[in-house]
Amino acid sequence: MPLVLTEEQSMLRDSARGLISDKAPIAHLRQLRDGKDADGFSRALWKTFAEMGFAGLLVPEAFGGSGLGCVEAGVVMEEIGRTLMPSPFLSTAVVGASALSRGGSEEQKSAYLPKIADGSLLTALAIDEGAKHRPLHTALQAVRAGNGFKLSGAKAFVVDGHVADLLIVAARSAGNAGDRNGLTLFLVDPKAKGVAIERTVMVDAHNAARITFDNVEVNADGVLGEVDGGAALLEGVLNIGRGAVASEMVGLSEEVFGRTVTYLKERKQFGKLIGEFQALQHRAAQLYIDIEITRAAVLKALQALDNDVDKAGAAVAVAKARAGTTATLAVQEGVQMHGGMGMTDQFDIGFFMKRARVAQELFGDSNFHAEQLAEGKGY
Amino acid sequence: MSDLDQFRRETRAWLEANCPPEMRKPVTRDEDVFWGGRNTKFASEAQKVWFERMRDRGWTVPDWPKQYGGGGLDPAEAKVLREEMAKIGARPPLSSFGIWMLGPALLKYGTDAQKAEHLPKITAGLIRWCQGYSEPNAGSDLASLQTRAESDGDDFVITGQKIWTSYANYADWIFCLVRTDPAAKKHDGISFILFDMTSKGVSTKPILLISGKSPFCETFFDGVRVPKSHVVGTINRGWDVAKYLLQHERAMISGLGDRSVGRPLGQIAADSVGTDGQGRLDDAMLRSQIASFEVDEAALSCAAERAVDLAKAGQGHPAFSSAMKYYGTELNKRRYEILMSAGGADALEWESERSREGIRPRAWLRTKANSIEGGTSEVMLGIVAKRILDLPGA
Ligand SMILES: Cc1cc2nc3c(=O)[nH]c(=O)nc-3n(C[C@H](O)[C@H](O)[C@H](O)COP(=O)(O)OP(=O)(O)OC[C@H]3O[C@@H](n4cnc5c(N)ncnc54)[C@H](O)[C@@H]3O)c2cc1C
Repeated sequence: MPLVLTEEQSMLRDSARGLISDKAPIAHLRQLRDGKDADGFSRALWKTFAEMGFAGLLVPEAFGGSGLGCVEAGVVMEEIGRTLMPSPFLSTAVVGASALSRGGSEEQKSAYLPKIADGSLLTALAIDEGAKHRPLHTALQAVRAGNGFKLSGAKAFVVDGHVADLLIVAARSAGNAGDRNGLTLFLVDPKAKGVAIERTVMVDAHNAARITFDNVEVNADGVLGEVDGGAALLEGVLNIGRGAVASEMVGLSEEVFGRTVTYLKERKQFGKLIGEFQALQHRAAQLYIDIEITRAAVLKALQALDNDVDKAGAAVAVAKARAGTTATLAVQEGVQMHGGMGMTDQFDIGFFMKRARVAQELFGDSNFHAEQLAEGKGY
Repeated sequence: MSDLDQFRRETRAWLEANCPPEMRKPVTRDEDVFWGGRNTKFASEAQKVWFERMRDRGWTVPDWPKQYGGGGLDPAEAKVLREEMAKIGARPPLSSFGIWMLGPALLKYGTDAQKAEHLPKITAGLIRWCQGYSEPNAGSDLASLQTRAESDGDDFVITGQKIWTSYANYADWIFCLVRTDPAAKKHDGISFILFDMTSKGVSTKPILLISGKSPFCETFFDGVRVPKSHVVGTINRGWDVAKYLLQHERAMISGLGDRSVGRPLGQIAADSVGTDGQGRLDDAMLRSQIASFEVDEAALSCAAERAVDLAKAGQGHPAFSSAMKYYGTELNKRRYEILMSAGGADALEWESERSREGIRPRAWLRTKANSIEGGTSEVMLGIVAKRILDLPGA
């Protein structure tokens, strides 16, 4: 498959870009942050997203979506990365829709997928328990009780956790933390007895929550996929999420880079444009190359996911690892080359630095994915 | 026993007896730093006691002459004191731009009257200084500054704007670069002048940093009248003073991130990342990043120690502080990247009691200025290329 966008995909990019740059420039995020918005995103904008078919992008047509793939989701994420628009697109349209369409029973799919597509249902995936992303270390307990389970434990860094209508929770139903076997995914009503949700205000002013589960009852219908055999489903869903976050980081990197190059052409010191200094020219050129290489790796991963999610692991690890280091470099160079200006809150560049740090951590950082690659190759 | 050993023994005993336990804990909050000044308040009784005891001994600035409230220590003794303070994790009793920047410049270029007027107020923490160097169009190219000082009898009348003036809104006095001869070449028409921030015509406007804090300002001068006797050094030769001061500023910034106190990075990382069966950090890549950081950090402290000793032996290069500033600040940024990586999702929280109001991410963001303030990394490398390597065209 050629590593370029098709005509349809380019059109999708243009329409996403048009909408996002118009309705949600950085000023939108700034406003939500400074106004301490209770939702942390704009519901009106999410409605528009749904009307344009973005919310149901990964939802199969049979359930009211457009049945598109990861490349298309990546195209939208990249545009989100350019303006850092806070949106449930990742948590719901990418991760939630993938989890339900890949792991759900017919009943579960018909109950939830159409609502994701029409924008009326938000989901959140609860996996991490410690400071770092270690999905196999899931320890939140699922104990059999009656015809269902009782969940106890705590989750952190749950994206959109405080606004979600449905939680998708990774739990340990057998074995020990670290085991691949014994993981089960559950669909949990956030209003169920024993669920306590605390919104955590993050450095990037995007949504996240800590959630505790105290003997939360879930009946058998609440199991998503196989009992004890949830690892493969979880891994697939996470890989789709990772591909999407990597795309966001490509958009973010390119935007920071573009703004920085513009500044190099505007700012004068020593009677010259600072872009005339070869020390900066070379670093700008290096960053360009870095971003281009990462962009290719990310597109490859998205295509691999569309081909066969279960075989895309290595490509996704490369993409997410690269996207993390590239975005980190892009924002560091961005701030540095703006001098004092880059350190001010009034100037947008800091928002990119903050989001890049969170996106780096989300679903595993560069170290995690390099490690995965090494393990996959058996060394 | 040599005199120095004797000094070490006495110093250790005195510190042990006089440094309150609270003042031996790492600085983690802004209030932990005592800056002095007219409007200052102590954050705690321990901070006050520690400051006063050190002040009375002349050890707020141990290596300045006793007549100005310093300790009169020679470089070897000052080093011993630093080492002994580091050993117990003692905080600096007083931090100030007066100590790090203005003082050394006054000692070299000031008149006796200027030294007698200003230095004792610095060592006693009575006056807090800020630095009026950068302007909107004069950052890296500092010598192109445009703030005007027009001669009017015995006074200069100063008009213009400074930017990024750290703590201008808390400072009592400013040391400021102004253009006294607009016709001269850019380095030749600058003077270095001191004035009170409460003078008529001075105003400040805080700028918010990406860390969410606001430690620096835009500073405006509208016809501020300052006696000519407040010029340090020769009128129109202020660039010499400015450069000399920058060497001290850079040496100070290169030592940021206090390497000698606080827990080792690997242990901090283990808190959040965890360890495997053998007690190794449960993230092999992070472990190797920390190890290679620590190699560089240890080597840098050797270089810092050597730089002082070389200078003492008269073998130092005056531009070497730029090399140290470059390396030290890049290293400190690396340290905080590692801390963020080690802290994972926990280190991303911005407002919560658990995260102590986002202390780590805010500190991380603040370090990004280290390679900008006091001259950028690019400018430092340029100075090394030109002044140390003597490369053509540099
Ligand atoms: C937190 C903070 C505190 C500060 N406190 C003070 C203070 O108290 N008092 C004060 O006077 N100033 C202060 N400064 C200002 C600081 O000294 C300047 O920001 C710095 O000198 C850079 O100037 P600038 O911001 O105008 O950047 P610019 O000079 O515009 O630089 C922009 C970019 O161009 C690069 N560049 C410029 N020239 C060259 C070249 N020849 N070759 C290669 N690259 C080049 C720079 O390295 C930088 O990456 C502070 C700054 C910060 C961030």
